[in-house]
Amino acid sequence: MGIMPAPTRWLLIGEWRAQPLRIAVAVLAIAVGVALGFAVHLVNSAALASFGRAVASVQGRADLAVRARSPAGFDEALYPRIARLPAVAAVSPVVELQASWGELARPGERGAGAPKVDGGRFTLLGIDMLRAARVTPGLAAAMAPSIGNQPDWDGDPMWLSPALANAAGVKIGDMFGFTAAGIQVRWKVVGLLPGSEDARLAVIDIAGAQWRFAQLARLQRLDLKLAEGVDADAARRAITAALPADAVLATPEDEASRADALSRAYRVNLGMLALVALLTGGFLVWSAQALSVARRQPQFALLAVLGLPREGLVRQLLIEGLALGLAGALLGVGLGYGLASLVVTQFGGDLGGGYFSGANAQLAFPPLAALVFGALGIVTALAGSLAPALNAARQSPAAALKGMGERPDPARPPRAWPGLALLAAGGVAALGPPLWGLPILGYAAMALLLAGGVALMPALVRALLAPLARAGSGVPAVDLAVRRLWGVPQAASLALSGIVASTALMVAMAVMVASFRQSVDDWLVAVLPSDLYLHLEAADAGGLAPADQARLSAVPGVTNVRFQRLQTIRIDPDRPAVMLMAQGGQASLPMVARTDAPAPPGSTAVLISEPMAWLYGWRVGAVHGVVIGGVERPLFVAGIWRDYARQWGALLLPMADYQRFTGDAHASEAAFDLVPGHDAGIVQKALHEALPPAVAGQAQFGRPAEMRKVALEIFDRSFAVTYALEAIAILIGLAGVATSFSAQVLARMREFGMLRHIGVTQRQILAMLALEGSGLGLLGALAGCTLGLVMALVLVRVINPQSFHWTMDLALPWPVLGGLVLALLACAAGTAVVAGRRALGQGALLAVRADW
Amino acid sequence: MRAETPFAMVQPFVAGPPPLIDAAPILSAQGLAKSVPAAGGPRRLFAGLDLAVAAGEVVAITGESGVGKSTLLNIIAGLDTPDAGDVRIAGQDVARLNEAARAALRCRQLGFVFQAFHVLPHLDLARNVALPLALAGMPQREALARAEAMLIKVGLGGRGGDWPAALSGGELQRIAIARALVHAPPLVLADEPTGNLDPETARRVLDLLLAQARDEGAAVLIVTHSEMVAAAATRAVRLTADGLAAGTTLAA
Repeated sequence: MGIMPAPTRWLLIGEWRAQPLRIAVAVLAIAVGVALGFAVHLVNSAALASFGRAVASVQGRADLAVRARSPAGFDEALYPRIARLPAVAAVSPVVELQASWGELARPGERGAGAPKVDGGRFTLLGIDMLRAARVTPGLAAAMAPSIGNQPDWDGDPMWLSPALANAAGVKIGDMFGFTAAGIQVRWKVVGLLPGSEDARLAVIDIAGAQWRFAQLARLQRLDLKLAEGVDADAARRAITAALPADAVLATPEDEASRADALSRAYRVNLGMLALVALLTGGFLVWSAQALSVARRQPQFALLAVLGLPREGLVRQLLIEGLALGLAGALLGVGLGYGLASLVVTQFGGDLGGGYFSGANAQLAFPPLAALVFGALGIVTALAGSLAPALNAARQSPAAALKGMGERPDPARPPRAWPGLALLAAGGVAALGPPLWGLPILGYAAMALLLAGGVALMPALVRALLAPLARAGSGVPAVDLAVRRLWGVPQAASLALSGIVASTALMVAMAVMVASFRQSVDDWLVAVLPSDLYLHLEAADAGGLAPADQARLSAVPGVTNVRFQRLQTIRIDPDRPAVMLMAQGGQASLPMVARTDAPAPPGSTAVLISEPMAWLYGWRVGAVHGVVIGGVERPLFVAGIWRDYARQWGALLLPMADYQRFTGDAHASEAAFDLVPGHDAGIVQKALHEALPPAVAGQAQFGRPAEMRKVALEIFDRSFAVTYALEAIAILIGLAGVATSFSAQVLARMREFGMLRHIGVTQRQILAMLALEGSGLGLLGALAGCTLGLVMALVLVRVINPQSFHWTMDLALPWPVLGGLVLALLACAAGTAVVAGRRALGQGALLAVRADW
Repeated sequence: MRAETPFAMVQPFVAGPPPLIDAAPILSAQGLAKSVPAAGGPRRLFAGLDLAVAAGEVVAITGESGVGKSTLLNIIAGLDTPDAGDVRIAGQDVARLNEAARAALRCRQLGFVFQAFHVLPHLDLARNVALPLALAGMPQREALARAEAMLIKVGLGGRGGDWPAALSGGELQRIAIARALVHAPPLVLADEPTGNLDPETARRVLDLLLAQARDEGAAVLIVTHSEMVAAAATRAVRLTADGLAAGTTLAA
């Protein structure tokens, strides 16, 4: 091996052989950081890629598409107008409906509030095969061979993508029952769509789609093929000019980038958490290297005397760090890949977050990303080794050889200003705005706070213990322990850095998750004031007609019903659709802002959700134009409510205004207040019987308690990854405490030898070590908790609003925090005693004799 | 558990100097033998070793490196066990004492001076010196006062609040001597006490050790390579594999 000179290699191997456990923990810490970052990246790129492929399949790879702003579609008269534009070579009209299959909920059987089965949804496309063949041959080709086979067109034939056929468990020749636009049907599966493995998609003939699903004269999409040699921008302008208010022009990239935007905040959050884990690894490398340098001072002095220059020593120590980082990086990339495969098969591509339902993620191994994440690990390890290396090079070899080298000097107090400066910088960064829509400054604030907190530890330990050290307890074991922690806080803080970093990280995440959970729980209570809820699946069009609504209101036991209509509308083609909620009766919402000012004449008062306010920059009291029912309507923002349900915005409109705008008198949800004393189960049964048969199959009933339970279960599942990260953080922290503290104890063998010579028993030394250990653990835990709470504030007040566009109230999980502190104390004291036993054998007595 | 400190059991011993029986040696060792494990079977360090040190005596033990001089000191202090023979300190058979009682014996009867000083860096000078008193349960104020008095005797008066980091080797060894004598032990064990010092400093440190020991009436057993140290002793013996060979008795 010619990379390193022989002495470097000897020293490196010698050190690794002498300290295998500590080296292993440092390598593992780096590996975990690299693995987490790499795994999050892998899982997300797999999910995004498959989502992108799914989107492409649904769209059939047209050049451009005109899309309806809402699922109600636009008038099909637009189709000939667009087809006549010179820039357009061909147009394929498409009916696009969201559909679901299967029995979603039967009253009494599955809990009424049973989680909606994501797998039960798919996209139903109605296309004109001949026209589609020119614009989106991918879609049409699926149907082409069947034409030769003369399928029975009267028998309602449909073609499924393999993903949908698999998920629904149907094969060619089966009758497939599903619901779309509020209408239940059973159609015959006559073929599979090639080249659309990732999407859950079904294709039928456009005439059947319009006729059978009440979409007469309506279209949701026009797929366009541009004429050869046409300037794309000019074509876009010409097409846009011809569009009515209820249609927008979109490109396939818009869809993919929306999918990217959809999960970006979530992804960045996890990625940043992984980087914080890596940072913790860096602290562990630093503490391992610093301890090892302190222990090897005489060795280095000898090397210096033998002719190794200072730069050579620095290089030697950096090579050790590099080797550590390299091992950690290799291990981390492997671990990350394994973790990602596990996650993708177990949880799906969105880590349980629910962002990419309906897409099957497949994992690939990207060499470039592996290199980048591996390099991050190596850089972290090098950075952790730099300070100890420079410190070692500063020592005077002559003094070190005599055992008089760097002696800890309690007369020199540790400096507080670097830590304070870092903390201040963190505070300033936390106040910064989001960059590129991401809370980058917020995360920088977290990192700065972490570094500042760790850097401040020596000064803090000294300040906290000063009164104890001055007073003295009269119990030698206690005084010795206190005076050592007070007198040599730099050594103590080496052991502390890992624990402070990981405790802070963990407390921050625990507090954030607890706050979020508490706020979601409070929110659920606030938004679910009624006794019983009804939701119709896949009822973007159709639903409960006025007569149905009257029948439901008359069911015995029901005192009051609020009907609601949910519609998605597209305000900005670059952003995901916004939920338009039309509500009858008095809305009960947790408001975060409101105005009592009346709506200006001609405008309609609406409430908007918190994410809506963030994303579109709408303020209370402002008026904005929004296309509803094909006409732009001025809407007055009368208030903002807290909404955790729809990350991309929601807009609440009185039912009367909605009906006036759209003429749509249907409802898709209802909230029932019951007469006190009436059994909700009996009323639910009666309501179900009162539903028209066409929608009864789509009906899902829910009671607040169950809905809350289910919502919180989903919440816990999607935060499972966070809990795993927390567990890993505490394990790294505890391992760091164990290794660094035991190394320090072993390095103090001579001290123990001397104490035993002057009449201290082994038990008393162990008592002293246990006290030191638990004191250290207590300090680390307290400092880590304090720092973690500050970081939690940054997470709750800065990072979450900036990435998810909602706010939450701070809640502290006391049992978790208390348990954490106790675990740290036990671990630190236990490690100290175990290491002490090792250090107290015959070796301690001989060490007294050692001539340094 | 008792309410006192874990060191309280030592307390009865610190009341004052032990009653010495005239002519009875403070240290007597008889028939000591010790082997250490080595490649190719145990290696004998020494056997049949007899040694008696009376109050006021200064005995220097010389011998080649590896002959077991430090092991002998550890056996005397009850920190190591001999394969054969017994050690009595102030009439007490060390082998019959349990761990706690041995620790108490060291705390009360013995003072230690090491080649590498072993002054704790995180304690100030007064507390380093007061350590044996504090271990024996003496109240802090009194222990520190006695330590200050002891610092004056070793020429470092008024520096009790200083930290070891600022001290030279000679000064550190003076702190160690003060620590070894502050509780007036009848026997001081010194292992190469001048090994890390230049000859001039060594001379002064040795003089200080012997003068203070004389003042406190302590016997001193010194393991050394230094002829200067051996010459200053009242009796010098050489440790060999067959026990102790009488050296020359230089001083009366």
